[in-house]
Amino acid sequence: MALTLSSRRTTRRLAADAGLLVVAAAFVLPLAWVVLSSLDPRADLRVKAPDGLTLDNFDAILTSDITFTPLLNSLVLCGSATLLTVVCAALAAYPLSRFRSRFNRPFLLTILFATSLPITAIMVPVYALFVQVDLIDTMQGTIFFFAASQLPFAIWLMKNFMDGVPKELEEAAWTDGAGSLQSLVRIVLPLMGPGVAVVTVFCFVMMWGNFFVPFMLLLTPDQMPASVSINDFFGNRGMVAYGQLAAFSIVYSTPVILLYVLIARRLGGGFALGGAVKG
Amino acid sequence: MTATAPHPEIGKAPRPPASLRPRRGPGVLIRTLPLVPSVVLLLLFLAGPIVYCVWIAFTDLQLTGQAQESFVGFDNFTRAFGDEAFLNAVWLTLVFTVVSSLIGQNTLGLALAALMQRASKPVRTLTGGIVVTAWVLPEVVAGFLLYAFFRREGTLNAILDWLHLPSQNWLFTLPILAVSFANVWRGTAFSMLVYSAALNEIPKEITEAAEVDGAGGRRRMWHITLPMIRRSIGTNLMLNTLQTLSVFGLIWVMTRGGPGGRSQTLPLFMYEQAFQNSLIGYGTAVALLLLLVGSLFSLVYLRLLRTEV
Repeated sequence: MALTLSSRRTTRRLAADAGLLVVAAAFVLPLAWVVLSSLDPRADLRVKAPDGLTLDNFDAILTSDITFTPLLNSLVLCGSATLLTVVCAALAAYPLSRFRSRFNRPFLLTILFATSLPITAIMVPVYALFVQVDLIDTMQGTIFFFAASQLPFAIWLMKNFMDGVPKELEEAAWTDGAGSLQSLVRIVLPLMGPGVAVVTVFCFVMMWGNFFVPFMLLLTPDQMPASVSINDFFGNRGMVAYGQLAAFSIVYSTPVILLYVLIARRLGGGFALGGAVKG
Repeated sequence: MTATAPHPEIGKAPRPPASLRPRRGPGVLIRTLPLVPSVVLLLLFLAGPIVYCVWIAFTDLQLTGQAQESFVGFDNFTRAFGDEAFLNAVWLTLVFTVVSSLIGQNTLGLALAALMQRASKPVRTLTGGIVVTAWVLPEVVAGFLLYAFFRREGTLNAILDWLHLPSQNWLFTLPILAVSFANVWRGTAFSMLVYSAALNEIPKEITEAAEVDGAGGRRRMWHITLPMIRRSIGTNLMLNTLQTLSVFGLIWVMTRGGPGGRSQTLPLFMYEQAFQNSLIGYGTAVALLLLLVGSLFSLVYLRLLRTEV
């Protein structure tokens, strides 16, 4: 009995491995294209062994016009918006997590409701509104909108992390005469460092990859972040240099992949790389 | 990263004990003041546009050559339901959502998670890494990769040629299917992660007991696993759908909604009306409908979670 059960398990494991490998092979093809093409002096649209390895594609795109300015724009845009989001979320999460109030529940329900609204749908009215109030094509307008669109989720996440910090430490600080702001900054935030890191990275990654918001709210080419400027590889330059497009894609994607790896272990619950990391 | 949609389980910790009120409790000011920046930001930049959206959906606001917009009542909506392009977009949005989110991401995500439970560790890590990378990539980059994959000269046709199967210009013949597959490629990781977490929480004893009692794989799946993770299925379906409803960049990069509107889902239709045709009022009316559908799903989602808040 035990033997058949264990041999059945082995068969099942092999079958599961085979199934996963098939899916992995299908999923890896587009990724293989971008990596191989970026190193290929004559890249086209299909996955193939490069005709010799070269870094020319990277060389060609690493200029201030093509790469550095858009990446810097992305950094300014997403960095400021993330900072704003995290500060606001940390402040808001504090009373929500620490004090009982009859407004907490409706407030949190509204926040949760807002996290799942399709932001895409409101971009046309946001554009029209921004034209009216002269915020269109400004970095600050886009930053504020970015922050507001990520805020509901950031508050929700931050509040849950804050709930995990034991209350007793803070009560001790109160007894010693510390104010609320003091205990937030000196006790709660340091203890939830990993949580704050997760919220920060998450917001930043979401904004870094977002295309529609800057596409709608910014007009001047000089201000465009990488998510929009990448489209220039098509459009007006006639022939598409696929090798360069691939190289740019890699340069632009690397930061978020690294950041994700950084927080993947901490996310726990539904986000820990599906148990792949922890085994 | 695709799934902007949050998963409420993240970082969830047990609630602190009920004795939240310190003896020397802080005043009302300190209880409400920290909320002010967030509330202001949310009111100005999120609630504001939504209210404005409701207003201009009932006007004939245009992008150019118009002194003053005027109130037109339900004209934009009547017009939409008589507009073949709109009905086409609704239909395509439905196809896109059902194929890529309900069937594709959800089923494939569950299958991957279930297989990962039994697979060996290296295979699990490798597959998980690849699938999650597809998810973490910026939307536009994912769009380009899948564009290259589905193009006439692209990888898919190369493989079909190699297998001596007929190749075709996927982005021209079946654009909506191509973008749906693209969305599956990009979004499956989220379902996989949600289901992996859910499956890990099923106590081993239960499945093992069923196995010893002779229940086969399929029966165990159907009678034990699925009922036990039904809440996760509900939340995941909801979040996937909300996410898929608002996909724009992926389709924009791959097909621009074309050819001839054959992959034009509602967000792309809305964009085209508002900007190519300069009909902001009409585009916003479509946006409002999308927002209403989204809110409806959002409310269902809240109900599914109602015990957790």
